[in-house]
Amino acid sequence: MAMATEEAGMGKTVMCLLTDPEGTHLGSSMYIPQNAGPLQLTQLVNQFLNNEEMLPYSFYISDEELLVPVGTYLEKNKVSVEKVLTIVYQQQAVFRIRPVNRCSQTIAGHAEAVLCVSFSPDGKQLASGSGDTTVRLWDLNTETPLFTCKGHKNWVLQVSWSPDGKHLVSGSKSGEICCWNPKKGELEGSPLTGHKKWITGISWEPVHLSSPCRRFVTCSKDGDARIWDVTLKKTLICLSGHTLAVTCVKWGGDGIIYTSSQDCTIKMWETTQGKLIRELKGHGHWVNSLALSTEYVLRTGAFDHTGRQYPPNEEMKKALERYNQAKGNSPERLVSGSDDFTMFLWEPSVSKQPTKRLTGHQQLVNHVYFSPDGKWIASASFDKSVRLWNGVTGQFVKTFRGHVGPVYQVSWSADSRMLLSGSKDSTLKIWEIRTKSLKQDLPGHADEVFAVDWSPDGEKVVSGGKDRVLKLWKG
Amino acid sequence: MPQGDHIDLHRKRNGYRLDHFERLRKKEAREVHKHSTMAQKSLGIKGKMIAKKNYSEKALMKRTLKMHEESSSRRKVDEEVREGAIPAYLLDRDDTTKAKILSNTIKQKRKEKAGKWDVPLPKPRPIAEDEMFRVIRSGKRKTKQWKRMVTKATFVGPGFTRKPPKYERFIRPSGLRFTKAHVTHPELKCTFCLEIIGIKKNPNGPMYTSLGVITRGTIIEVNVSELGLVTPSGKVVWGKYAQVTNNPENDGCINAVLLV
Repeated sequence: MAMATEEAGMGKTVMCLLTDPEGTHLGSSMYIPQNAGPLQLTQLVNQFLNNEEMLPYSFYISDEELLVPVGTYLEKNKVSVEKVLTIVYQQQAVFRIRPVNRCSQTIAGHAEAVLCVSFSPDGKQLASGSGDTTVRLWDLNTETPLFTCKGHKNWVLQVSWSPDGKHLVSGSKSGEICCWNPKKGELEGSPLTGHKKWITGISWEPVHLSSPCRRFVTCSKDGDARIWDVTLKKTLICLSGHTLAVTCVKWGGDGIIYTSSQDCTIKMWETTQGKLIRELKGHGHWVNSLALSTEYVLRTGAFDHTGRQYPPNEEMKKALERYNQAKGNSPERLVSGSDDFTMFLWEPSVSKQPTKRLTGHQQLVNHVYFSPDGKWIASASFDKSVRLWNGVTGQFVKTFRGHVGPVYQVSWSADSRMLLSGSKDSTLKIWEIRTKSLKQDLPGHADEVFAVDWSPDGEKVVSGGKDRVLKLWKG
Repeated sequence: MPQGDHIDLHRKRNGYRLDHFERLRKKEAREVHKHSTMAQKSLGIKGKMIAKKNYSEKALMKRTLKMHEESSSRRKVDEEVREGAIPAYLLDRDDTTKAKILSNTIKQKRKEKAGKWDVPLPKPRPIAEDEMFRVIRSGKRKTKQWKRMVTKATFVGPGFTRKPPKYERFIRPSGLRFTKAHVTHPELKCTFCLEIIGIKKNPNGPMYTSLGVITRGTIIEVNVSELGLVTPSGKVVWGKYAQVTNNPENDGCINAVLLV
C-alpha cells in the first residue's frame, strides 16, 4: 500500500475498492487521486494482477461505465467522498473488430427464402440453408457460390458446423438430417432419418470433450431430441420426455445437454445414457431460445482471433484452455427466453431455481445470446427492441430501440464490443456496447431478414432473408 | 313364448333346412327396405327415435370415411415443398400472426365507420311481415288477432322467461330457438360449433333484431373464446360477429361465416 499512501498526498483523493465482476476484491480499499481516469485505473489493475502485457479494462461504478476521471464522476452524480467507492473492472478483448458499414456483395442463388446462415468456426467458410431445399456453400474470398448441396426433401431450417470445422450438418422441415463434406460439398452417406417432424435445432458436442467431433444433438417439433454419431451415421440416444415440441438444444461445456420446449420446461440430460438430470421450471409459456455463457467458445472450439490452426492432437487442449478461460471460476450460466415475455437466468449446475427473472419485454422473446466474454446478454423480441442485460447478475442495462418490426435474431462480434440484430423491417443494425447506442444502420434487404451471423474472425457479416439473396457486409 | 329349444334340437338331429342360408340371405337383404318403410311410417316419439338413431349412424359412418380419406391424403401435403419458406422459429407462429393481422383489420374497419359492414352477404332477400309472423287468433270467440307467432329461427338469451301467455304479443316457439351456430373461419377454412351470445343486427329491421330473429344475412355475435384469438394488447377475444348464410328455419341448424 506504499503507492496508495504516496498518492494520498497529492490533491483530493477518494477511497476506492476494485472488484472483479464476480465480486472478488482486488487488494484492499485504497486512496486514489480524483483526477485518475480509466487509463490510470487500467495501469493500476494491470500492476496488481502482475500482467506481463498491458490488457485493456473497462470500469463500472454501480453498473454505469466510468468514462471520465473519478472526481468528475463524483461531482456529477453527487456521490459522497466519505464512502468507499466500489469500482468493478472488466477485461476487454485484446483485439478489436472493425464495425461493418457497407454491403460488399449481394449474392443471388437461392430460389427461395434464406432460412439459416452460419460461418464455420474458423470464419473461412460459409453455409446457408434455404426454402428451395438446398444447402449452399459460398466462397468467401471471391464472394461467389461454391457448392450447391442437394439432398433434402423440404425446406432446410438449420445448418450447423462442427466446432473443428470438418463437418456440416443440416436439418430440414421433413425431419431428415444431412451430413455434408464442406471441402467437396458432397453428401456423406444417406440422409439420417428418425425425427418425425421438422428440425428446430442442432448442437455439436464441444471439442474439448472429444477431439475429433463425432456426436451432435438435434431437436425437433415431434418432442424428441436425438444424439447422432456423424461417422456411424445413426442415432445413439433418443432423449424423449418433453410433451410438446422442443424448440432449442444446447450441448453445454460440462457435457450436459439442455433442451427447451413448448411445454414450458427446460430439461437437462446426461449424454452417455440419456438420463434426465434435472428439470428447470418457471416459464409460463413456450420457451423459445436458450443461450449458454460459454456458447461462443463452444461454437468456435480451438479457433481464436489469431487465426492459428492447431493439429488435431492439440486442438482439444487448446479448446479446453479457452473454455476454462471463458468460464472463469463461476459455473456455467444459462439464459432462456420465452413466449411469456420474460427471460430466466439459471445456474443449472448449482440449483434448479432461477437466479433471476429478466422482465421488461412487451412481446415474446425470440432469441437470446450471451456475448463471447459472457458479460452481457442480448435478447431479441417481437416488441421491436433489443435489450441488453448484465450477463452475471441479470440486471437490465439498456434497451436498443430503432427497429420498426419484430427483431428475429441477434449476433455478437467476437470482441463483445458490438451487437448485430436482424429484423422483419428488412434492416440490420449494429449497436455499440460501450456507448450503448446505434452504431450503424445497414439497409439493403428487400424483405424480412431471417438469419444473421457475424463471422468468428470478425471480418464479415452475413445475412439472409425472404428476398432470397445472401448479403455479405464488410468494414 | 317358445317352450324348450325345439329348433336347436331339430337342427342338431337333422341339420339345417336345405334352403336355410338362402332364406337368411334374402331376409337380410330385405331388412333395409323394411327398416326404411318403418322409418317412413312411424309417427310421434317412435319416429323421432328411429330418425335420431339413423342420423347418428350415418354421421358416424361419414366421419370414419372422412378420417380414412384424410389419413391417406394428409401425407401428400407434408411431402410437397410449399412456397413461402419461413424459419423454424416462425413455423409454429403462422396462425397466431395471421389472427393478429385479422383482429387488427377488424379494428380498422370498426374505426372507419361503425355500422357500415362489408359483409359476405350484403343484400339478403327482404322478408315480408306475413312471412315472418303467423297471426294467432285469440279470445273466446277467436275474434282477436293481435297475437303473432314468429315462424323463423330465434335466439333468446339464457335468462329469458316468457311473459304471462295472456299478454304475450310475440310468441317465439321453443322448437325454433337456437343457442349454437356452426361458424366457419374464412381464412383458416375450418368450422367450429360456437355458442351464440346475441343478435347484432337483422337486416329486415330493428324490431326483428330486438326479437332475436335469425334469418339469412343476420349478424350474430358468437363466443370465440375456444379459438384463442388475441388482441394486440394481449387480451383474449371472446365475442366476434358472424353472418348467417343459410335459412335456419328450413335447415334446422345455423351456418355462419366469421366476419374478419
